Amino acid sequence: MQRRTWLAALAATTLLAASPLLRAEALAADAFVKQVSADVIDAVKADKAIQAGDVGKIRALVDAKVMPHVNFQRMTASAVGPQWRGATPEQQKRMLVEFQTLMVNTYSGALTQVKDQAVVVKPLRAAADQTELVVRSEVRGKGDPIQLDYRLEKAGDGWKIYDVNVGGFWLVEAYKGQFAKDLSAGGLDALITRLAEKNKSLAQAKN
Amino acid sequence: MSRRLLLAGALGLTLGLTGCATTPPGDVARGDPWERMNRQTFAFNEAVDAAAIKPAAQLYRALVPGLVRQGVGNVFGNIGDAWTTVNLFLQAKPAAGLNMGMRTLVNSLLGVGGVFDVAEEAGLDRFTSEDLGQTFGFWGIQSGPYLVLPLLGPSTLRDTAARALEVNDSPVGRVWHEPRDRNPAQALQLLDTRANLLGASRVFDEVALDKYVLMRDAFLSRRRSLIYDGEPPEDGANSPLPFKKALGPAR
Repeated sequence: MQRRTWLAALAATTLLAASPLLRAEALAADAFVKQVSADVIDAVKADKAIQAGDVGKIRALVDAKVMPHVNFQRMTASAVGPQWRGATPEQQKRMLVEFQTLMVNTYSGALTQVKDQAVVVKPLRAAADQTELVVRSEVRGKGDPIQLDYRLEKAGDGWKIYDVNVGGFWLVEAYKGQFAKDLSAGGLDALITRLAEKNKSLAQAKN
Repeated sequence: MSRRLLLAGALGLTLGLTGCATTPPGDVARGDPWERMNRQTFAFNEAVDAAAIKPAAQLYRALVPGLVRQGVGNVFGNIGDAWTTVNLFLQAKPAAGLNMGMRTLVNSLLGVGGVFDVAEEAGLDRFTSEDLGQTFGFWGIQSGPYLVLPLLGPSTLRDTAARALEVNDSPVGRVWHEPRDRNPAQALQLLDTRANLLGASRVFDEVALDKYVLMRDAFLSRRRSLIYDGEPPEDGANSPLPFKKALGPAR
């Protein structure tokens, strides 16, 4: 009896001591990035079909392991710019669908390049109470390391990605440049049509 | 050499002064005043690439064994490391310069002229690549307008001036001094680079709505990022000059 209470007490203290640590781990942005990138890279390495460029499988992987961690609405809104707020909900919905398809294509293309790489997340330099921050990492493999940074925002207990930097180039900035011409010439509808065409031709090229 | 450097210095200074009027210090020049000409050069480059350079790179990749290609890449990498070392010292970064100098020395001596990257195994990895254009940028010289060079691709006025100097004064120019040796060496380097980019360029082709704009934006962002060693300030208007940021009391 006495021994059992002693054990219970020990268990309780351990739990108490561990719980703040567990909480801190759930909140650390660099740990989050480490986990997501390791998940993705491990999944790619384990699957020969993905490395060979199986579009269906890559899509499934991106949908399962990446998209839940991305604030896609925010990315789209900032890539489109001021015209986003003036758009109807229906336009916004179509834009989100087409842009997401293009992004998944982009990401899938990049993932077929993964072979023997590892992601090294750099130490975080941010205050504990920051709700938006940048986590820097590096993809190391054969050849020069590739810079891979993430902009994160706090979402509940965890984090969401709202921009990615590849080799010094932010994705949202990249798409802003790509969208500018169609947006100024024909507005959001013209852009959506363009993206739909692009996605269609990409889908055809792969099948 | 010194006269050419002086010339480039004067050119750079002029660029810097004229650049100040339109762009904040340390920022890349937005807008593309030479877009018409650039797009023509770009179209020419694309045609040459599709007809000759890309097929040649594919052939190179198919015919030459991976180990040999790795060795070729390592030799050019080693020469690049030597030039990086020089530029790190020019940028008043002695610790990084010594590190890179050590890496170059180890690979040149123990790696048989750079064929084997033995320094990598010893933990001396290539943590950065610096060129003269970056050094100019580091000391606050503006990039000037975006400029697409025939065959060589994306550049800026500043980087083109720097590159003109590099042809003779960089290690590539020192190792292969005679043009009849240098030209084949540079052709091989181009092949090596292009072969390494075969996968990436396919992704690039697939996702671009306007490839010219994508390449331009990517190039300008990347150069700016490199000049700030991967951490360019976010607000363009008040961003400190790279050398002030790097050498300032903040670090």
